[in-house]
Amino acid sequence: MVEGRARVALFVTCLVDLFRPTVGFAAVKLLEQAGCTVEVPRAQTCCGQPAYNSGDRADAKTIAVQVMDAFSGYDYVVAPSGSCAGMIRLHYPKMFVDDPTSRARAEELAARTWELVSFLVDVRKMGEVAAQWRRVATYHDACSGLRELGVRDQPRRLLASVEGLELRELLNPEVCCGFGGTFCVKYPEISDKMVSEKADDIAATGADAVLAGDLGCLLNIAGKLSRQGRQVEVRHVAEVLAGMTSAPPIGAPRS
Amino acid sequence: MQATSRNFAANSRVGLANENLQQALDIMTQRGFPLRRREVVARLPEFEALRERGREIKDHTLAHLDFYLELYEENVVAAGGEVHWARTPEEACQVVLEICRAAGARTVTKGKSMIAEEIGLNDFLEKSGIAPIETDLGEYIIQLRHEPPSHLIAPAMHLVKEQVADTFRAAHRTLDPRRPLIEARELCDEARALLRPQFLAADVGITGANFLVAETGSSIIVTNEGNGDLTQTLPRVHIVLASLEKLVPTFEDAATLLRLLARSATGQEFSSYMTASTGPRRPGDLDGPEAYHVILLDNGRSQMLGGEFADMLRCIRCGACMNHCPVYAAVGGHAYGWVYPGPMGAVLTPSLIGIKEAASLPNASTLCGRCESVCPVKIPLPKMLRHWREREFAQKLAPRVWRNGLSLWAWVAQRPALYHALAGIVSRVLGWAGGPRGRFRSLPFAAGWTGVRDMPAPEGRSFHSLWAERAKTAGRG
Repeated sequence: MVEGRARVALFVTCLVDLFRPTVGFAAVKLLEQAGCTVEVPRAQTCCGQPAYNSGDRADAKTIAVQVMDAFSGYDYVVAPSGSCAGMIRLHYPKMFVDDPTSRARAEELAARTWELVSFLVDVRKMGEVAAQWRRVATYHDACSGLRELGVRDQPRRLLASVEGLELRELLNPEVCCGFGGTFCVKYPEISDKMVSEKADDIAATGADAVLAGDLGCLLNIAGKLSRQGRQVEVRHVAEVLAGMTSAPPIGAPRS
Repeated sequence: MQATSRNFAANSRVGLANENLQQALDIMTQRGFPLRRREVVARLPEFEALRERGREIKDHTLAHLDFYLELYEENVVAAGGEVHWARTPEEACQVVLEICRAAGARTVTKGKSMIAEEIGLNDFLEKSGIAPIETDLGEYIIQLRHEPPSHLIAPAMHLVKEQVADTFRAAHRTLDPRRPLIEARELCDEARALLRPQFLAADVGITGANFLVAETGSSIIVTNEGNGDLTQTLPRVHIVLASLEKLVPTFEDAATLLRLLARSATGQEFSSYMTASTGPRRPGDLDGPEAYHVILLDNGRSQMLGGEFADMLRCIRCGACMNHCPVYAAVGGHAYGWVYPGPMGAVLTPSLIGIKEAASLPNASTLCGRCESVCPVKIPLPKMLRHWREREFAQKLAPRVWRNGLSLWAWVAQRPALYHALAGIVSRVLGWAGGPRGRFRSLPFAAGWTGVRDMPAPEGRSFHSLWAERAKTAGRG
């Protein structure tokens, strides 16, 4: 583990804020375990990806500037999502090609923005966690984290240190689950086909839980598994790594 | 062909309901090309370096396309051939017809050519009294069925072999109706036996080109069936149909790209056949055509140079993007409604037939990025899908309800205090309404979601409201 404290701003993400605050608190706990002081800037809302991916550059840029303002001055910005972190890291700088001042700011922000688990492993050199979870679990690689940020081995490495947990790989862990932001409601039948295949892949492993690093995928996968009546526990990987598995899984009844 | 890209959503429902198609897609995605590509790439340590080199070759050529096009034409002419420049599909078809008429041609054999599909050549020739005969097995099958191709390199991939057997029985009336047509081998043998005399009888052979080599004026094709060789070697006249961006400077460059092509396309190290043709038969040659023509089609490509979609011109038509696309794997190629399916089609089609006609295609993607990660020439397909969405947004082509919803969301997202207040209310209301079940079976404002899957209920409080409370408590303590 890296010595010395780092001042980290948590980018909560709009889905975690709305649907699953537990993930946010798990992220805070993990960051604190990694020697970080965590703050949550109040001026944050969303990274702007819905506008960006819908072709609305003007709104995406305005929101990006708002994020740059809200998150200036911290050592790092960390999000429990490869999708939102990828948006800030890769896409913010591209949006300001004609505006050198904003571009420089976007690049500066991009350079210190990380997806949670890769930040823990690659920056803070966390090699293990002190968590227990007696489950057979499988792991879905969310697209942006995997292909934009290279998040693949980091969560597996930390999960390997969770006591009682056995990880079983999917046949196609890198294939999209069919969420895709607005895609899932614009083309519900196609999205359904994709998430059904993901659900089949999950069921075929015989695992009793599925984990991933992005809440969008998890809501989609949990929604499908639940519609199919399959008893598979769905959680964000941060919950397991932080040992915060007392809340009901995503989409599961409150006990 | 008449584009139906506008109806992508309806087309895709047809594809999802087609059991034969679904079976064919499963075979391809689970056991076919992606698996073989992964294995063959794992055996070539320099594959990533090769991709980078492939990209450089294509970028360099496109940056100096005027120079290489002229050099290419010079060398075609020096080898005794002729180059015809066609701005539009109509012009290209017309040139083919004139060459066929001048040769007194009645039958034409064809190797696989996506440009022929793009310009609608078969329909045009038939209307002009010339019978084109497809010789690539997949193309032959879909010609009998009067269908467009559903995949770049496997045009009949939407079919299972029982359907092919039915098609052959219906078309090959002179053969014994009791003959067995069960194994793929039997289907191949039948097509081969019937095509052989066609190769010998054809007056003109038309092929596409995988690459055009500027330094020698050669055209290169790859096939796994050898049909391309027979098509271009046996008839009196050989016509090469190609678009501008097929050009590469040297044979060495073509060799580099060929190493990428087969691996990316079928997972082979190399195609069974690779044939280069340079001009017509020379004195002393044992075979070859008497005349050699190249028709170079632009059809909007020169307009793409230097613009947002210029990277698309690097495409070498391997099909890796569609082989790895989960949307293509769900709906098949015909849903895309025109010649080019999958991610490359979703980017290229709006360039060729207009964004108004094809706006559905760039939206039919989760932007998962798997296409870009396997593209042998590193085309940033997701980036260009976004560019098309920007054009669509700017031209207000998306449904009003979508645009209004997006604007409202963006307006709220730019007001953090309001946003947090609303998020607090929504998470409480939905958390309460989702109640003990933890999920919704249906939600009136999210029917697109709950029509096919449950909506997990929020936990009941927004993170920011809980965090603010925690901070207050900590402050007091």
